[in-house]
Amino acid sequence: MAQRANPEASPWLGAVSAAAQSRGNIFEMSRQAENAVIAPRDPGGFPSDWRHAVAARIATLNALPELAAHYLTGVTEPALRVLADPAETGRDTRERSVITFMDRVATQPRAVQAEEIEGLKAAGVAEADIVRLCELNAFMSYQCRVLAGLAALKGASA
Amino acid sequence: MSRVVHRFTRNVPDWQPRVTPVDLAKASPEQLDALKVTPSNTKVSDYVLVLAHDPETLNVRSPLFNGIMYDPGGLSRAERELGAIGASVVNRCIYCAAVHAARHAQLSKDTAVTDELFANGEKAKLGPRDQAIFDYSVKLSQSPPAVTEADTARLRQAGLDEAEIVDLILSTALFGWANRLMHILGDPVRKDG
Repeated sequence: MAQRANPEASPWLGAVSAAAQSRGNIFEMSRQAENAVIAPRDPGGFPSDWRHAVAARIATLNALPELAAHYLTGVTEPALRVLADPAETGRDTRERSVITFMDRVATQPRAVQAEEIEGLKAAGVAEADIVRLCELNAFMSYQCRVLAGLAALKGASA
Repeated sequence: MSRVVHRFTRNVPDWQPRVTPVDLAKASPEQLDALKVTPSNTKVSDYVLVLAHDPETLNVRSPLFNGIMYDPGGLSRAERELGAIGASVVNRCIYCAAVHAARHAQLSKDTAVTDELFANGEKAKLGPRDQAIFDYSVKLSQSPPAVTEADTARLRQAGLDEAEIVDLILSTALFGWANRLMHILGDPVRKDG
């Protein structure tokens, strides 16, 4: 039962092999979307290492420890690993405002106000980077919910 | 007085960006490709122009959205919309809820379901199959997601097969994504005039 997957393997692997063969194209496109937000060709102000750490953080906020472990394996810079821990709030003022925003969008999107976007701009985050942050966060919300739903489906059919 | 819309409605509002949209005249080749701009198609919404700040994601996102909501087989189109609405109610994305409630009403030729959803939100009372679908989408949209094997079993009791459940998971999860763009990067505003 408690078979632990290789944390470096793609999180979509289990999804495709288990429940969802009828939607193989969707999981392939989901994998491409993961690449686009986690390891983009143009990462803007947020390098791939940082994105892996924040993806692990969002997986933890969504109570998905195996997914968090997967993203942690992609963090090569030790100083960034702390960001994967939701108790850590960021290493400087600008990062603190970004991390606060990311946590809010991940866990309380309904409460996010226009002023919070203005706050990011005031903290020096470029507008293109605000969109990149939202796409990273929004994709992680999608991936966490697909994996949580499929896990509850797999368990129920066993 | 603010024009921002705070109540759920099937009347699709306008959308006012909080981030400056990409200027089409200055867009890069990669942005133009992701925007699918051609000489005969130059009308692009502000929403998509905002997303064009991250063209690599926009480029893969659009076919993924279409696949999840429109690919044949599995869950009916109207029931996929119900999953999208469940997420949008939890995340209070007024714009997404309006678009997908209007689509649900059109596909099901019925406004009663979305009237009830907008009147009572997460506590809406629906027919048994719609209720199971909506309740599941609300639970999956919580943070952290709150679905268990018992929730899957309830979907099966309501008559959903495995492929339909996968489609419900996908359409609901997809709107966890869409809501975090639409609701975060702009405001729904009353149309002028």
